[in-house]
Amino acid sequence: MSEPEPDTEARRIATEARDRARFEEEALSLADQVYRVARRLVGSREEAEDLVQETYARAFRSWRSYTAGTNMRAWLLRILTNLNVDRGRRIQRTPQTQPLEETDYYLANKLASAGGEQVLETDDVVERMSQDSVVNALSEIQPQFRDVVVLVDIGDFTYADAAQILDIPIGTVMSRLHRGRRALKQRLAEGAVT
Amino acid sequence: MSGDPCDRCEELLQDFLDRTLSDAEWREAETHLAGCDYCSRRYRFEASLRRYVKTSAIERMPPGLMAKLDELRGLDATA
Repeated sequence: MSEPEPDTEARRIATEARDRARFEEEALSLADQVYRVARRLVGSREEAEDLVQETYARAFRSWRSYTAGTNMRAWLLRILTNLNVDRGRRIQRTPQTQPLEETDYYLANKLASAGGEQVLETDDVVERMSQDSVVNALSEIQPQFRDVVVLVDIGDFTYADAAQILDIPIGTVMSRLHRGRRALKQRLAEGAVT
Repeated sequence: MSGDPCDRCEELLQDFLDRTLSDAEWREAETHLAGCDYCSRRYRFEASLRRYVKTSAIERMPPGLMAKLDELRGLDATA
């Protein structure tokens, strides 16, 4: 085997530069969606911005470890959630005592018992809760449950993607998702019906 | 193990909306919902709650962040 011809080497370098530029373009096109998830995993806009910047710095450095054609959004989120756990920046607003998990009809039942069964027929029953109360309720769920709720219900990731991102079995994703959603409704019930 | 049909329907709620029920479970839920206003209202409520949670939780990227990310392009693996 002889040394590669100079023009072969030049071609290899050009191909690599092109692949890299494509990777960066695709990653940047996903930034808004990555931020959207990051924002709900940490407590402030500043932390979310930092986390997204660190994620992109790491992604751009290790772009070669991304397999073209696979889910880049999930790949970026895996970096992001790992960084988030490493830095211990996950929202930890959970009170010391964890109340019992309620059932799935809990919030609807609370609203119905406060305003009558017909209240659930009205279109605006949900909107009566402020958007802030929803965001606060989300931030109060235990981190392990919240991470899954944010990925699936806000980030639109499949169970399989969430499992890969968080490096947990798919069955764990499902059970955490169910518990997280119930916990969210319980928090919302505390705020909505007092 | 007969149990309350509404309790059973409540158990199926999340997977119903996630479309992860088996065909048999799906029919079970549909059959019950067709005759039960109580559960139907709760299913509709849950569906709109999910949409509302998503809308409420989505916050757009702050202006300026995109430019900062763009500056990171070309970072060296050894840097």
